[in-house]
Amino acid sequence: MRKLLILSGKGGTGKTTAAAAFIRFAEARAFADCDVDAPNLHLVEKNLGEPECFDYLGSHKAVVDPEKCVNCGSCQAVCRFDAIGADEKSHFVNEFACEGCGVCAAVCPQGAISLRDDVAGEVRLYLGERVFATAELKMGRGNSGKLVAEVKSALLKNAPAADLAIIDGSPGIGCPVIASMSGVDLVLIVAEPSVSGISDLERILKTAAVFRTKAVVCVNKWDTSPEKTEAIERFCAENEIAYAGRIPYDAEASNAINAGKSVADIDCAASRALREVFDRVTGQLTGSTQ
Amino acid sequence: MTVAVLSGKGGTGKTFVSVNLAAVAKDAVYLDCDVEEPNGRLFLKPEQVTSSPVTVPLPAFDGEKCTGCRKCVEFCRFNALVFVKNRPMVFPEVCHSCGGCALVCPVHAVTETPRLVGTVEEGLSGGVRVVTGILNPGEVSAVPVIKNVLQKVAQDSGLAIVDCPPGSGCSVMESVSRADYCLLVAEPTAFGLHNFKMVHRLVRLLHKPCGVVINKASGEYSPLEQFCAETNTPVLLRIPYSTELAARTAAGEVAVRRDAAIAGTFRGLLNEIRKEACDEKTADSER
Repeated sequence: MRKLLILSGKGGTGKTTAAAAFIRFAEARAFADCDVDAPNLHLVEKNLGEPECFDYLGSHKAVVDPEKCVNCGSCQAVCRFDAIGADEKSHFVNEFACEGCGVCAAVCPQGAISLRDDVAGEVRLYLGERVFATAELKMGRGNSGKLVAEVKSALLKNAPAADLAIIDGSPGIGCPVIASMSGVDLVLIVAEPSVSGISDLERILKTAAVFRTKAVVCVNKWDTSPEKTEAIERFCAENEIAYAGRIPYDAEASNAINAGKSVADIDCAASRALREVFDRVTGQLTGSTQ
Repeated sequence: MTVAVLSGKGGTGKTFVSVNLAAVAKDAVYLDCDVEEPNGRLFLKPEQVTSSPVTVPLPAFDGEKCTGCRKCVEFCRFNALVFVKNRPMVFPEVCHSCGGCALVCPVHAVTETPRLVGTVEEGLSGGVRVVTGILNPGEVSAVPVIKNVLQKVAQDSGLAIVDCPPGSGCSVMESVSRADYCLLVAEPTAFGLHNFKMVHRLVRLLHKPCGVVINKASGEYSPLEQFCAETNTPVLLRIPYSTELAARTAAGEVAVRRDAAIAGTFRGLLNEIRKEACDEKTADSER
């Protein structure tokens, strides 16, 4: 199975819009939403039936037993995450700051601290003719990279026969992005022609290079700044980065999404341009596995 | 007063709103906590920039002292340590710097050395102090860099604008931790609304007062307005989509420094925020 991941660095450049269109163009039978912080692909993917849901156990969280706690403060003194507070009766753990390292439990002279499994999110798996894996991280939780890895492995396990998997990624360059990159054949970076978009493109390309992941770039909403679009195209040419084309800003595209449709479902300037980008990306993907 | 600007979905205009708010206020501090993609500096173009490294402690093992008891490897809950050739070895990217291995080592064979994960830059742009956190590419955790950025403002009592990362995970939680008021920048689309609800839940859970800016409004998208009305969340400003504004932003201009009308709009927004935050404080003390 070839795996195409869609990233952007900057948020809101059109990752999910591109992913949803590609799923249609490819008639993909395996796809995933790895933007576990802010998942959206399920909003435009209909007729998938009911998902199987299971809890995601992210890490552990420390819990202080107030009956046993003698308020000595040893736990607070060793916690590196400022996760322990105290009132006049006992110390307590701030579940949002706690990373579950267990240091507090190790030093507590009363044995008052235990570590419990923490449900940090939910994986949702749609197992029809088309397999779709998605997840939602619980608010404020960390370790999203581990959840991304679970979403991907759920997809691969349940759709082994599919020849192409399309994976929608997260913005940024941190934990969930790095986790989503592992094992993919190609990353499509949807860039935005702006000073922010260019800076973020360079940072995501650096990150891809650290993990030796092959990347191809396209520019979305190119007509909002033809000048910056040309700057991106020059940058790609100078650095020998594959380039797959431009997509215009198109109000019809956002209307389609607000109606719960993929841009591929309508005929508009953006959908035609996306089709061309898709064809070039598929060409790159075939090339990458030779 | 510290105002956190957040959105859930990326690309709704957090940086646009943060930068312009800081620029119309007198003597504000702009804190870029979107350390994975720090972009405020591209608009504010700070001068006299100084930078300081952000490091996290990483364990190092003294091969002479280590007896190979494996207590450290067994303790580490992040699987950051492996046992190779009878000695522990650390995977730096996986280590959470909790200090547990050093704590449990019976022979004190573990010392901690600083490992560079990012940089914090400070500079000036007009009257605005600009503090930017920058995570090094390839690094997993943004939280240490965000903490470092927020520390730079601890002693300031004036207006601080915190430009937060997208999403609603741990780095957002860290960024809003010190906020007196949360400003949610929403995009009136189906994608925008879904993520807006997630981040709205987050600020309510933290009992932070909040208001909304609807950005890039083009025509009516009633589900968002409806949600705000139902949850009693005030919409402080609606900014219509404009190609001119989009072009200015694409070029890295600070709109309020170029356009008197937009400057007026943002001054109005700042006043609304001050009023809202103040009302909330009064309500709090009456409770």
